[in-house]
Amino acid sequence: MIEVKDLHKSFGEAHILKGITTSFDKGKTNLIIGQSGSGKTVFLKCLLGLFDYEEGTIAYDGKVFSQLSEDEKRNMRAKIGMVFQGSALFDSMTIAENVMFPLKMFTKQSKSEMQDRVDFVLKRVNLEDAHKKMPSEASGGMQKRVAIARAIVNNPKYLFCDEPNSGLDPKTSIVIDNLIQEITDEYQITTVINSHDMNSVMEIGEKIVFLKNGLKEWEGSKDTIFKTDNESVTDFVYSSNLFKKVRKMYLEENE
Amino acid sequence: MTYLHNIGAYFLMIAEMFRKPTKWSVMKQLILKDIDDLIIGSLGIVAFIAFFVGGVVTIQTALNISNPLIPKYLVGFATRQSIVLEFAPTFISIIMAGKVGSFITSSIGTMRVTEQIDALEVMGINSLNYLVFPKFIALMLYPFVISIAMFLGILGGMAACVYGGFSSLEDYITGIQTDFIPFHITYAFIKTFVFAIALATIPSFHGYYMKGGALEVGKASTTSFVWTSVVIILLNYLLTQMLLSQ
Ligand SMILES: Nc1ncnc2c1ncn2[C@@H]1O[C@H](COP(=O)(O)OP(=O)(O)O)[C@@H](O)[C@H]1O
Ligand SMILES: [Mg+2]
Repeated sequence: MIEVKDLHKSFGEAHILKGITTSFDKGKTNLIIGQSGSGKTVFLKCLLGLFDYEEGTIAYDGKVFSQLSEDEKRNMRAKIGMVFQGSALFDSMTIAENVMFPLKMFTKQSKSEMQDRVDFVLKRVNLEDAHKKMPSEASGGMQKRVAIARAIVNNPKYLFCDEPNSGLDPKTSIVIDNLIQEITDEYQITTVINSHDMNSVMEIGEKIVFLKNGLKEWEGSKDTIFKTDNESVTDFVYSSNLFKKVRKMYLEENE
Repeated sequence: MTYLHNIGAYFLMIAEMFRKPTKWSVMKQLILKDIDDLIIGSLGIVAFIAFFVGGVVTIQTALNISNPLIPKYLVGFATRQSIVLEFAPTFISIIMAGKVGSFITSSIGTMRVTEQIDALEVMGINSLNYLVFPKFIALMLYPFVISIAMFLGILGGMAACVYGGFSSLEDYITGIQTDFIPFHITYAFIKTFVFAIALATIPSFHGYYMKGGALEVGKASTTSFVWTSVVIILLNYLLTQMLLSQ
C-alpha cells in the first residue's frame, strides 16, 4: 500500500500539485485519471522519487520514502517497476537484453537463471519469439508489452504505469489493461496507473483518483464513477457521446 | 547568470559522475562499447584527414620557402613542428568535437527525451555514472588517436614532399629530426589529454540536461559542437601560454 499525504509540487512559479492526499491499495489496479496537463505524470514522478517535492509525505507500506537512507532507497527502488508513457526501452539493446537489464544490475543470478526468467516473463506478456528484435523493430503494442515485462521481471512490489495505452488501438489497449490487472492480482502488486482513457476506467478501475487543477477532485471506483454528481467528473467521463448514452441507459435501468 | 549557472551545473555533473558506480561487469561492457564507438570508429576519418592535411602543410611550406639561402630540410622541420604542436592535437580535436561530440550529445539527448534516463533513475542507477563515465574512460585513449594523427601527418608530408619534388627524402628526414625538443611532445599530449576530457564531458552535459523533443536533440548537438570547439580553442590558448612561454 502507498499512502500520500498533502503532496505539493511546483516548478518555479507554477504550482502543479496543491496538496494531494490519497492511498493506493495492494493487489489492486489504482487509476489516476484527469485531463491532459492535470499533473498526473508529475504526481507519478513524485511518487517514484524522480521529482523532489516541497511538502508532503509518501509512504511505501509504512516506510516514508524521504526518511530512508541512500541504501534503503536503492533497495526500495529495486522493488519498483515502471512502464513509461513512451515505453522508454533502451534502444541499444535487444528486447531480451532490455528485459534482462534489471536482473543484471540488481541480482547475482547466473546467466541461465536470468535467461529462464526472461523467457518466463516474455511468455507472460505473450512475446515468445521477439527476444532478438531491437525495440525499433517492434510495434507500439509490442514495445509496451516489453516495457511491462521489464518492469515485472525482478518481482516488484509496486508497479507504476504512465498512460500504458496511449497511442494504441482500442483492442490492443484492452489487452494491455487486462495484462496489467492479471499481473497485479497474481503477484499482489500495488499498481498505480495514469490514464485519461475511459475504456481503462471501465476495465480496470478498481480504485480511481480524479485529479483536477492539482487537487484530488474525487475518489471512487469504476462502480461509483457512474453514480457521482461531481460535475467535473461527469464532464470528464461523458466528454464522449457514447458514454453519455451508456450512462442514460444505466440510470434508467437502475431506477 | 545562466552561463554561471551552467558552469556550476557542469562541474556538479562531473562530481556526480564519479559517485555510486555501476556494477563493474556491466561497466566493463559499456566502456568497451564506447571505445569501439568513439575511438576505433574515429580512426578512419582521423587517418584520412591527417595524411592529406600533412601533405598540404608540407606543400604550402615548401612553396613559401623560395629563398635559395634557406636549406631544404626546413620543409620537414616546419611540417613536424606544425603537425606535432597544433595540427594533430588542436585541429583534429575540433573535428572530433563535430564527430564524437555530436554523437555523444544526440545519443544521450535521445535517451533523455525518450525517458530512458528516467528509466535508469527509477531503477536506482546513477545515470550519469552509467552514461558519461564510460565515455570519459574511453576517451582516455584519445592521445593514442592523436599520436596516429601525428605519425600519419608527417608521413603524408613526406609523401607530398618527395612526390611533388619539393625536397629529397633525405632532406625531409633530416628536417623532421632537426632541433627536436622532447618537451614539445609532452606539451602536445598534455593538451590532448585536457581536450579529451572536454570532448567527453561537454557534449554529455548538453545531451543530459536537454529538454524537449527530437528537434531539440538536433539543436543541442549543434550547440554542443560550438561550445566544445570554443572551450578547446580557449584551453589551447591558456595551455600554450602556460606551458611554452617562459
Ligand atoms: N519538468 C517540468 N518543468 C516544468 N513544468 C512541468 C514539468 N513537467 C510538467 N510540467 C507542467 O506540469 C503540468 C502537468 O503536467 P503533466 O503532469 O505532464 O500532465 P498530465 O496529466 O498530462 O500527465 C503541465 O502544465 C506541465 O507544463
Ligand atoms: Mg502525462
